[in-house]
Amino acid sequence: MSAREDILGRIRSALRDAPVAPQIPRAYRTSSELDHDALIHLLVDRLVDYKARVCVLDAAEVPERIAELLADARSYVIPAGLDPDWTAGPHFAPDGDRRRVDSVSAPLTVAELDGVDAVVTGSAVAVAETGTIILDGSPNQGRRAISLVPDYHICVVNAADIAGILPEALRRIDGTRPLTMISGPSATSDIELERVEGVHGPRILDVIIAR
Amino acid sequence: MRIALFATCIVDAMYPRTAQATVSILERLGHEVVFPSGQACCGQMHVNSGYLKEAVPVVANHVHAFDTKDYDVAVAPSGSCVASVKHQHPMVARSCGDTALEARAAAVGARTYELSELLVDVLGVTDAGAQLGSYFPHRVTYHPSCHGMRLLRLGDRQARLLRSVHGIELAELPEADQCCGFGGTFSMKNADVSSAMLEDKTANIRSTGAALCTGGDASCLMHIGGGLSRQGSDVTTLHLAEILASTAEAPASVTGEIRVATGKATR
Amino acid sequence: MSTFLGMPSLPVFGTGNLHAAESFPTAAHRELGNAQLRANLGHATHTIRDKRLQVVSELPDWEQLRDAGSAIKESVMARLPELLEQFEQNFTARGGVIHWARDAGEANDIVAGLIRDTGETEVVKVKSMATQEIGLNEYLEEQGITAFETDLAELIVQLDHDKPSHILVPAIHKNRTEIRDIFLREMPGADPALTDNPAVLAMAARAHLRRKFLTAKVAVSGANFALADSGTLAVVESEGNGRMCLTLPETLITVMGVEKLLPTWQDLEVFMQLLPRSSTGERMNPYTSLWTGVTDGDGPRNVHLVLLDNGRSAALADEMGRSALHCIRCSACMNVCPVYERTGGHAYGSTYPGPIGAILSPLLTGIESEENSSLPYASSLCGACYDACPVKINIPDILVHLRSVDVDSKRGKKKLPSQMDVGMKAASWALSSGKRLGLVEKGLPLGRLAAGPDHKITKLPGIAAGWTQSRDIPAPPQKSFRDWWAKEHHGPETGGTNAPARGTARADAHLNAQDKEDGA
Repeated sequence: MSAREDILGRIRSALRDAPVAPQIPRAYRTSSELDHDALIHLLVDRLVDYKARVCVLDAAEVPERIAELLADARSYVIPAGLDPDWTAGPHFAPDGDRRRVDSVSAPLTVAELDGVDAVVTGSAVAVAETGTIILDGSPNQGRRAISLVPDYHICVVNAADIAGILPEALRRIDGTRPLTMISGPSATSDIELERVEGVHGPRILDVIIAR
Repeated sequence: MRIALFATCIVDAMYPRTAQATVSILERLGHEVVFPSGQACCGQMHVNSGYLKEAVPVVANHVHAFDTKDYDVAVAPSGSCVASVKHQHPMVARSCGDTALEARAAAVGARTYELSELLVDVLGVTDAGAQLGSYFPHRVTYHPSCHGMRLLRLGDRQARLLRSVHGIELAELPEADQCCGFGGTFSMKNADVSSAMLEDKTANIRSTGAALCTGGDASCLMHIGGGLSRQGSDVTTLHLAEILASTAEAPASVTGEIRVATGKATR
Repeated sequence: MSTFLGMPSLPVFGTGNLHAAESFPTAAHRELGNAQLRANLGHATHTIRDKRLQVVSELPDWEQLRDAGSAIKESVMARLPELLEQFEQNFTARGGVIHWARDAGEANDIVAGLIRDTGETEVVKVKSMATQEIGLNEYLEEQGITAFETDLAELIVQLDHDKPSHILVPAIHKNRTEIRDIFLREMPGADPALTDNPAVLAMAARAHLRRKFLTAKVAVSGANFALADSGTLAVVESEGNGRMCLTLPETLITVMGVEKLLPTWQDLEVFMQLLPRSSTGERMNPYTSLWTGVTDGDGPRNVHLVLLDNGRSAALADEMGRSALHCIRCSACMNVCPVYERTGGHAYGSTYPGPIGAILSPLLTGIESEENSSLPYASSLCGACYDACPVKINIPDILVHLRSVDVDSKRGKKKLPSQMDVGMKAASWALSSGKRLGLVEKGLPLGRLAAGPDHKITKLPGIAAGWTQSRDIPAPPQKSFRDWWAKEHHGPETGGTNAPARGTARADAHLNAQDKEDGA
């Protein structure tokens, strides 16, 4: 008998008292009552708590802010599908070979990614209550590796994509896409439970909330 | 009403004054107390030690003694014994396939109350000083026992009653919700860990400067008191029933040196 | 609804790092002597405890989430065969490969074979309880494959050739200075000027592992959740080492216990609220990765999953104990446990320490395996674990149940009953009748005599010596309450002996049986 048959057989035999699957009580919150401004305010509060850097801007101010944040970066990577408005205009004029574009047809190698200083991505949805940003690999976010290997992640969140609580956010997501939920920069509390931000993932997370 | 006293074996044999105090409180409120003489023990020691088979006759005896129409509610001055009657007895009956005993055990459990629960929820006692004449002019700290806290969900009933005793000075116990380490046979089977838990509990008690530690479970108090005694401390333990029963005319007798709330030491 | 048709197989127990080699009291005695350990643990457990309470109290629907989580897991257990098949179908349809492992040995073989197929001799690892349980690293080493732990704490433990002592923070028993010394001693190229500042130590680990991450071709992980309706796997982590392992290599091998399933994507909304708050006391952990088979152009091209039984089916067969399989490995129970706080994880001798370990290990291995029968007694039954458990596993009830399984397993096997057996039998006789207890209480004055002028008993023989090692016993009273009531309190008697026997025939039989033994 195969291991599969064996194990399934054992499990069926373990359940020979035929336990009945209970009804799932779902009395927990599935929506929040927060308005647009309150959602932004809460998300900022939670991200700051994780030691992320946050700013809230009008959409038109985004490119200038990104350019400022990238001022010290010798190079940075963007996904091919990043909103072109975000890295366009006068601030990016002399950008030249600082900018690396990653796409499915022309992916950067891991070594190349390791050589860039920063990454700029969009995001799929954010959760205000937990300070979480979800990336789902859509074109404006790119594949998972690009937001992981560079040490500095600049992430743009459209205010319209902020959900109040986790159930609302997960209902906006296709669960079969490669997903990364990000709540602040990487961190560890493994030494005497003292939280240290910045371990293997990006050590700095900058979030731009675009109104 | 007619209230059946379940003294519990440890109170019956080791701390009769706790049961006497319970009787006195209830009679003072104008209720009639009866004592089903067939009673002995709730059997939790057997159940909690894994001796389910040996627990069956103990549980059956309790159900037999209390499954009568001769009283309205039963009360015990012990959270863990009441928790056993309510939660363990039907399970023990089920373990030996006795559905009739299970039903009777559940019925007995449904009308069995821990003392503070009975006083607050059923008899409407909110101010022990005013309603019972409770008077106890000492600095006291209070340990909420695990089973009362987590199995019976007594909340702050005991603390509220204590706070309303005239003359009492209640000192907050640090880390009050931590187990004292008794745990029945755990105290013997895992004596080292149990002792380490007890050490922390007694240190916290001593840090309050209270003369007494009170609580609602005689077994935990025996454990804590036994530890304090071994450490040579003057701090003693006293069941909260005895504090509630204490009046200016008939003060509870306490042993050891007691620091009166006014700061005067008495013997 | 799956009905079993055919011969029920006997429970098949788990193997690997699940067995206590010495009894809990023996191990606890040694660990209690380590003052440094106790200080570290006390500090750590209190810190996490407070953080957890803080973030849990923020949620108005915490109890509703617990209720949902508990019911979802109960449902998973009841429907496990069909959910496993559903998961398998979805995972396979999206390019993943499923392997089934009956026990630790089989799982190790499968993983080693998959690594060998890639031609690699090094793998990077995400922290995983399942691979600890099966002893994968040691097995791979025997096969000439080096497994690099990438979680900071697991790295510390691995470098020190030690064992984890906690599910969530495996190096909780070490302080910063000890960790710095381990790095200086065991980490190639560690800066001799390394300080014991945690941030500096974390950076040293980052530098040490970075090259490994960027060049690794194969990664091994565990999984926190598997969603049956989509074939999705999830890993919940903090440092980003998980993301590195799950994203950069070409081959990903995940080892997961069969109980980790959730029925639907919707269920994740419950567990991703319960888990981070219960484990690290955070609103959300820094990183969670989810993958469904293979995605073109993103992540590993070869995705494997080893589904592990290793005693889980045996635990499932225990109706009272099966809810131990609801565990989501958050470690909240050990952070509130007064026993764990003082002994640490090593005293439990298994991959799974603390209250959950005290029930899970003997359920997976069988109560009679090595010293695991001592684990269910490693608790004062204070109930703090049950209150803290995000999926409401009634650990105290299962502990008591397993104690009775242990006692029953030993009945009639011993030449001589133990002191405890004899004492319990005698107590059962004395405590199952008011009359007999009354008789025993007539001996109270003897106890007073034994106590002497100090009014305390300071030394008892046999098993009771455990009590008097740190506690006195007060002198008993002159007479029992029962005596006082009969002689001095003129209350009416009720029930019991004077009442007509209204008991069921069976209840009376229990009592009569005792009376017969008594010769009454």
